[in-house]
Amino acid sequence: MSGCESHTIHYGFVMDGDQVADEVMAVLMKAPRSYTREDTVEINCHGGTLVMKRVLELIIKNGARPAEPGEFTKRAFLNGRIDLAQAESVLDLIKAGNDFAWKASMEQLKGSLSDAVRRMRAIILHEIAFIESAIDDPEHYPMEGYGDTLLKNIKPVLDEVEQLLFHAEDGAVLKEGIHTVIAGKPNSGKSSLLNALSGRQRAIVTDIAGTTRDAIEEQVLLRGIELHVTDTAGIRNTNDPVEKIGVETAKEYIERSDLIIYVADASAPLDEDDKNIIEQIKNRNVIVLLNKSDLPAAVTQEEITALLDKPVLSVSAKFKDGIEDLADLIEEMFLHGKIDPNHEIYITNIRHKNALTEAKKSLLLVKQSVLDGMPEDFYSIDLMNAYEILGSIVGEAVEDDLVNEIFSKFCMGK
Amino acid sequence: MPSVVEYYDVCVVGAGHAGCEAALAAARLGFETMLFTISIDSIAMMPCNPNIGGSSKGHLVREIDALGGEMGKNIDKTFIQSKMLNKSKGPAVHSLRAQADKASYTMEMRKTLQKTEHLTIKQAEAASILTEGEGEDRRITGLKTVSGGTYRCKAVVLCTGTYLKARCLTGEMVTQTGPNGLQAANYLTDSLREHGIEIYRFKTGTPARIDKRSIDFSKMKEQFGDETVVPFSFTTNPKDVQIDQVSCWLTYTNEKTHEIIRDNLDRSPLFAGVIEGTGPRYCPSIEDKVVKFADKERHQVFIEPEGLSTNEMYISGMSSSLPEDVQYQMYRSVPGLEHAKIVRNAYAIEYDCINPNQLYPSLELKTIKGLFCGGQINGSSGYEEAACQGLMAGINACMYIQGKDPLVLDRSEAYIGVLIDDLVTKENHEPYRMMTSRAEYRLLLRQDNADLRLSKKGYEVGLLQKERYDWVLEKEALISDELRRVQKVMIGASRNVQDLLVSFDSIPLNTGTSLAELIRRPELNYDMLAPIDPDRPDLPKEVTEQVNINIKYEGYISRQIKQVSQFKKLEKKKLPKELDYRKVHSLRIEAVQKLNQIKPVSIGQASRISGVSPADISMILVYLEQQKHKEGL
Repeated sequence: MSGCESHTIHYGFVMDGDQVADEVMAVLMKAPRSYTREDTVEINCHGGTLVMKRVLELIIKNGARPAEPGEFTKRAFLNGRIDLAQAESVLDLIKAGNDFAWKASMEQLKGSLSDAVRRMRAIILHEIAFIESAIDDPEHYPMEGYGDTLLKNIKPVLDEVEQLLFHAEDGAVLKEGIHTVIAGKPNSGKSSLLNALSGRQRAIVTDIAGTTRDAIEEQVLLRGIELHVTDTAGIRNTNDPVEKIGVETAKEYIERSDLIIYVADASAPLDEDDKNIIEQIKNRNVIVLLNKSDLPAAVTQEEITALLDKPVLSVSAKFKDGIEDLADLIEEMFLHGKIDPNHEIYITNIRHKNALTEAKKSLLLVKQSVLDGMPEDFYSIDLMNAYEILGSIVGEAVEDDLVNEIFSKFCMGK
Repeated sequence: MPSVVEYYDVCVVGAGHAGCEAALAAARLGFETMLFTISIDSIAMMPCNPNIGGSSKGHLVREIDALGGEMGKNIDKTFIQSKMLNKSKGPAVHSLRAQADKASYTMEMRKTLQKTEHLTIKQAEAASILTEGEGEDRRITGLKTVSGGTYRCKAVVLCTGTYLKARCLTGEMVTQTGPNGLQAANYLTDSLREHGIEIYRFKTGTPARIDKRSIDFSKMKEQFGDETVVPFSFTTNPKDVQIDQVSCWLTYTNEKTHEIIRDNLDRSPLFAGVIEGTGPRYCPSIEDKVVKFADKERHQVFIEPEGLSTNEMYISGMSSSLPEDVQYQMYRSVPGLEHAKIVRNAYAIEYDCINPNQLYPSLELKTIKGLFCGGQINGSSGYEEAACQGLMAGINACMYIQGKDPLVLDRSEAYIGVLIDDLVTKENHEPYRMMTSRAEYRLLLRQDNADLRLSKKGYEVGLLQKERYDWVLEKEALISDELRRVQKVMIGASRNVQDLLVSFDSIPLNTGTSLAELIRRPELNYDMLAPIDPDRPDLPKEVTEQVNINIKYEGYISRQIKQVSQFKKLEKKKLPKELDYRKVHSLRIEAVQKLNQIKPVSIGQASRISGVSPADISMILVYLEQQKHKEGL
């Protein structure tokens, strides 16, 4: 095939001696126009594990070896086709669990973060170069008033780092989703809420208090935000041993959650069980839903607020009334403004976020040095740190085991 | 024809600043040493500027001293003015500079050499090096002089300065001489070439010397020395250097000067293409400056005395290779120099040196065992740069003879380490000058702590006396005790404390704080707080200075130490000498060539090679990792 033109598809048979192993299509991509910038052949065989296994074994028998985890992407990085941040976005792309995570990592694969990092590094480098020249040649590079100039010049960098970090929080929320627990006493309508959110009959709903015994988990997509919702057993004092375990589990979930949706039955007065629950959740992120707004009210918003100072919404889970208000409230609580993965960079990688946090720290130290009236030669220590740490995002700073470490996170041969 | 044959341990070629340090180091370590010079009268000659030290160069002198070298001691004996530069800036860039009495400097160094045991001085020109063995086993066995003598030895240190095939240029006038009209060394280059050594041709220059009596100093600004002089050498008693000092003078070039230069550029050998060598960017001739900084209206000119027994004044900042008649016009356009009489013309000098990438960090040639090079032959510029390389080459020649590991300083330990690493690692096409900005970790590499950084190494090598080293250890202990104390001592908001703070424009205390916290305030320091620190022990100034700096800049110092530990990680990752970089998967061709040529000793050094990118380094790391796996299987 090496004599053929690049980017062509070939039809034929994979042969094991005289025997046909499979009928296949092979795609030829010659260097440098391939994923790794190396000569590449991709074989499309028939589905089925046995067939694929046979073909693979044959190829290995003839001198190939299975790729190490992340090896193709690593080669693409080492051969300079993509930088480190882009390589990592491949991993994120593979692992993307929702639309947003997919879009955010796709943008980074296209180089949006890398471009921003390079822009910032260029500005910092310019300042370092000036300071260094001025230290050795003060006659030709005067330093009077340089501190203020420096602050002015690095302000856009600091702003951009802060902006990226600001969106990084949204990025994390959107990538990881929100661990949400629906809590409330039995028969307050928690399962109806879960069903309303997921748009299907996920939990069994009856009039019998204590129907849900086990915690039920469900992934719900609300305006692009992924909620990992857990519907728990109603919390009440009970002697039923099975229900008791359910109640204990519910308490544990509450401890681990990012958000608690506390469902209170608006048609019945608050009782001891409600007060117990309120006691347990009062220090957490809570949204109170006064459910059963379709029935005559026995509890007012004020009554709730007096006990629990958290946002309260009136809803009817049964008739899906007020769910939009709930979505608004969640957006407001977890995100900084409107999510726009097409125009903003959402850092979703914790390594990048840590690097940016470090860079911000260093830049603030530079600022502090200027404000403290330190001599100019001190500025470059922290400027250099910021420069290096930003470089580590795109792999432009030499770091010992970073590359091996990153690519070992890939679980397959991509 | 019968000829002289003699035997030594070490032969040093050249008795300039590098050669003197190399020869002294070898002889002091007990090795029979022969020092060759073209002229005994020009031992440790200063053919250019009449000072030792200056920004970052002062650091080098301090480091030489801490390792047991001679330069600091010699300038302390012979200086006529001294100044700590950059005192308004941070302690990292403070630097000592002293004006030397050139004649005494030479004479004192000569005396020191003459009374050193195991050291022989001979006026002779080296003609060729002698080697035996092939390939990996090739080693030095001695050298031959032009007069035909053979000197067998175990190691050779070449410190040929600017003498190899030297040529001086003043406008259209070209003479085949070394500096100051001394004889050039015309044979050794060919011998080096025959041994496969790559030769570069570099250029440098010096300004005119003007008769003091013809200068009108009333038009210039007087530059005094410091009131209290700090000696260069850690072993010099500060009391011995409080002498009467002479002044330097500051004046400026002007538009007229620049016009004269521009009008005559075609007669400058530099711009007319006569000069083949590459000149230093950082020590430019006045022609270079006028061209490079075209919109600058004036440039500084310092007038510096060359000594107490001469009328000659050095015109710093106006080195030139323009013809004599243009020089007269040019210098006389400067205020105060209207009636200047030139004693010696400015000139440019061209000379052969080697590509220092051919050296290991020990300064030994990679292709000839036992052959070391130090100073301007390695493409550096400056007395101090030369001296420190001479010292290291001399030490390592002795290490080689003894079969010991060489003494190599890394970039986090000394400016010397930075200088040598730059020379042997980076591409260098012009005379290399030490600069503060080249040192990444300069807050740790201060001139004030050179003894704390390097005395241990000097002692272990055998050049630093035991008493001296014992004192450094004691000093370290005193410093750390006092550091602990000032962190512990609590200062309350008492009346006398508040008064003292107010008197220094410092905000009074709300509540008690540690003494260290107060020292850290920008407007205060350790000494100022003595009145409110009754239990303060009586400590020498060199101890309290360290305490002050370490407390004041603690945050910066600890951040820099963190940077160093990052750096050390890469330095510790050693690269095998026999590694063939062609085998490293998909390294770019340029990187392969560079890596195979330089054969870096560590990943750290590899990362500093020009033309080797971080991605290349990643590839080498990945390759090494794979090799490890293979060995493991």
